[in-house]
Amino acid sequence: MLKKILLKTFIVYFFLINFIHAAESGGMPQLDPEFWFSQIFWLVITFGILFLVLSKLILPKISDNLETRKLQILDNLELAEKQRNDSEDKIKEFENIILKSKIEAKNIFNESRKKLLNDINKKREKLEQELDKEVKIVEAEIEELKKKSPEKINKIAVEMSGDMVNQLIGANVNNSSITAIVNDVANKNKTL
Amino acid sequence: MAANPMTQFNVYRIGPEIKVGEIDISFTNASLFMIISTITILLIFNFGAKKNSIIPSKLQLLGELSYSFIAKMISDTAGSKAKPYFSFIFSLFMFVLFCNMLGMIPYTFTVTSHIIVTFVLAAFIFIGVTIIGFIKHGLGYLKLFVPSGVPMVLLPLIVVIEIISYLSRPISLSVRLFANMMAGHTMMKVFGGFVVSLGIVGGWLPLGFSVALTGLEILVAFLQAYVFAILTCIYLNDALNLHH
Repeated sequence: MLKKILLKTFIVYFFLINFIHAAESGGMPQLDPEFWFSQIFWLVITFGILFLVLSKLILPKISDNLETRKLQILDNLELAEKQRNDSEDKIKEFENIILKSKIEAKNIFNESRKKLLNDINKKREKLEQELDKEVKIVEAEIEELKKKSPEKINKIAVEMSGDMVNQLIGANVNNSSITAIVNDVANKNKTL
Repeated sequence: MAANPMTQFNVYRIGPEIKVGEIDISFTNASLFMIISTITILLIFNFGAKKNSIIPSKLQLLGELSYSFIAKMISDTAGSKAKPYFSFIFSLFMFVLFCNMLGMIPYTFTVTSHIIVTFVLAAFIFIGVTIIGFIKHGLGYLKLFVPSGVPMVLLPLIVVIEIISYLSRPISLSVRLFANMMAGHTMMKVFGGFVVSLGIVGGWLPLGFSVALTGLEILVAFLQAYVFAILTCIYLNDALNLHH
């Protein structure tokens, strides 16, 4: 109860004071020096605190934030540029590798073809040589056989003619005379 | 009470009377709104600076845009030498801006509508700039009052005019802000009073005016804070880069 009354009187007093004050001064309250020092005092305190907190705590942070963002953007741009260059280099490298490998493949192909041809030629030559050799051997053999064959034929002819005479007439003819006749016939055949 | 448009500028004590010696430094409604402005600024920019994401949040964007806005303003008007004073000009701009803007909310108190507040700010800037000028250039700073290319005959006159214009800087700076704020708020109060006195029948016209004036006053609130800050930059430019 007492509190209520006190509060009421306080409020009424408060407004009354204001009212009286306004009525008394009438003009501009700004020119009333009553609260000038109070205003100066509180201005210095609040502005001082504002200045100190802003300059020591908040503004450096904002500046840092801006700076880091700037740096990060620059870094990212640089990185992107670098990566682009890298990828371009890689593409070039890749193309070079492909080109090189194409040339290499061609070379390998050519080389192997040459080698193969060489091999084939060599083998063929070898084969031909071997064939030639064998042919020569065989030819020599044939020649020898040819050379030997008249003698053998003569011999056989002598033997056969001896046997035939023996069977026909039943008489043994001298071998040497038969040989002479056969040789004579063979010589006649040769000349023919 | 409502009839007098000037009562909105009344300063009254909140809480007990505090006295240091003969000087009354009681907590008043002006002090309250100074503190509210300061806390609002600090909260907004603190949350704006807290998280550092590459794609900023809304508050972070606000903080960073304000930062680059004022940084650009300073570098445009005062050059790179003014960088050490960035924090001060930033605080000054934000303080004036938030005091002006908070004053636009109905039933609030506009701190900057008091000549003593703006004058203390302007005087501080004036004294600070003058000290910086003398530190940077020594007595050569006095060349500021002697423009080059002026005939010898006119020189005494010009020097006097320059000195007067230099000395009137704190007054023009403080009166500009204070008068703009006071006039705007008085106008709004007057038109608001018309709405009430003309009632439902004739009150619509002043109501429209009130709405338009509110928009105008928000513009003025921003503009005056900007002008205050940019003039500080220009004075600083005079002190840092002596052109004359």
